Amino acid sequence: MSYELNVKYGTDLLKKGFAKMTKGGVIMDVTTAEQAKIAEEAGAISVMALERVPADIRAEGGVARMADPLKIKEIMDAVTIPVMAKVRIGHLAEAKALEALGVDMIDESEVLTPADPFFHVNKREIKIPFVCGARNLGEAVRRIWEGAAMIRTKGEAGTGDIIEAVRHVRMMNQGIMEVKMSDDNEIWDMAVHIAKSYENLIAQTREMLHGKVVISDEDVVFANFTYGEIKKGMYDVLKEIKAAGRLPVVNFAAGGVASPADAVLMMEHGVDGIFVGSGIFKSQDPKRMASSVVQATAAWDDPEILVEVSKGLGGMKGRNVEKMDESEKIQGRGW
Amino acid sequence: MRVGILDIQGDVSEHLEMLKKINVEGVMVRYKKDLDSIDGLIIPGGESTVIGSILKARGMDKYILDIKIPVMGTCAGLILISEKVDDKDGLMPILKISVSRNAYGTQRESFETDLKINDVGSFRGVFIRAPRIDEVRKGVVLSYFNGKPVMVKDGRNIGLTFHPEIYGDERIHKLFVDGLD
Repeated sequence: MSYELNVKYGTDLLKKGFAKMTKGGVIMDVTTAEQAKIAEEAGAISVMALERVPADIRAEGGVARMADPLKIKEIMDAVTIPVMAKVRIGHLAEAKALEALGVDMIDESEVLTPADPFFHVNKREIKIPFVCGARNLGEAVRRIWEGAAMIRTKGEAGTGDIIEAVRHVRMMNQGIMEVKMSDDNEIWDMAVHIAKSYENLIAQTREMLHGKVVISDEDVVFANFTYGEIKKGMYDVLKEIKAAGRLPVVNFAAGGVASPADAVLMMEHGVDGIFVGSGIFKSQDPKRMASSVVQATAAWDDPEILVEVSKGLGGMKGRNVEKMDESEKIQGRGW
Repeated sequence: MRVGILDIQGDVSEHLEMLKKINVEGVMVRYKKDLDSIDGLIIPGGESTVIGSILKARGMDKYILDIKIPVMGTCAGLILISEKVDDKDGLMPILKISVSRNAYGTQRESFETDLKINDVGSFRGVFIRAPRIDEVRKGVVLSYFNGKPVMVKDGRNIGLTFHPEIYGDERIHKLFVDGLD
């Protein structure tokens, strides 16, 4: 009997499916195998392998790149839960390196120094799934169309201040509400507006060459896609959002979560799960902080558990985002 | 008929969609008390270590065994109801089988494939960081991939290493629910 098994790897379904398995969980930044084990034992759904946590990247400055593959491998070998790692925005070569290394998910992250001033990675080119940050629905729609299997709020990483993550989830939810109330013509207008950020390279080039900018729907503006195809792509994602009443991919909170209560607040805003960066290993008792955030997230509808896990816990000192200079903020990276 | 879906961590809403497709009431099961009012329990995919530790903390693992509620486990859910996991005792030994976690590798090795399932027919199997069933001591194997069992049924309990809820095919959920009558 001849029977074709039709085995496929790296499909959109497998990428989005992987992200769905993380729902309700907590993903923690770790910089060593030992920290990765602490996170796993505390109940992290996955770990993000890094050389420095965002708070240290912020303090030390310099260019932040993909972590050393040796470091990532050491962390992959230490745990059985999935391991994620970050690439710079638009850095396809770093993404291909992580694909070859075999990490479970790639975070195209504003926490690292961006590599491309015009475009994010064309995520369809990589077989493992991507998570990308977004401050609002427009950014989320662009990343999903580019192939992201998961979205997270950007928040303001490394501060321990939750206000920006709340700003971004509210912007996202309000955007979804607007889409739900809009008809097809209005959604098409949104799509055209959201697609505008793919114009920058061709616009700057034509300004330089012709002193004026005219862009048509037939112009190829990003990867192999024409401007018209991109507008249609934005429209299709917006229609999916309208039909589902939510993002068509998993949506986590990130950027400033530093206590079990912060995690619960974000769950109450309707996110599917939580990234904690500096909040765990910059706290006084990382083991307890890790397990407290996991337990509070799993029982986000039970304030008594939140009280129990928060008793005597402490937390990172943090930095008040509203007192920060605009130039210090990293959420503006990406487009 | 009320079928519970363990709502601690993992792809819970996808299972709820499958139950909606076959017009069965799905109930979120978050705490021990939620187990009293259901006819069967689905344990979704997710991270078995995470789901397992919270089940234990809430005293739900022992209770699920005590009340002998029929269970269907997919992927992580299968691991949680297997007698042996990576040669150690599993959390809830409902299926007398041995499994290995993450047996195919990392997400890069996750795959889709066509399956033949007894009592169901042709089926698209979605395997995500899937476990492998190494030995079946009791019950019947309903499907194989590369010579290894990927779906086992013992009485009213069902375990599978793939995700029908991710592909969106409700026929395996129907098989489980039909067995509850």
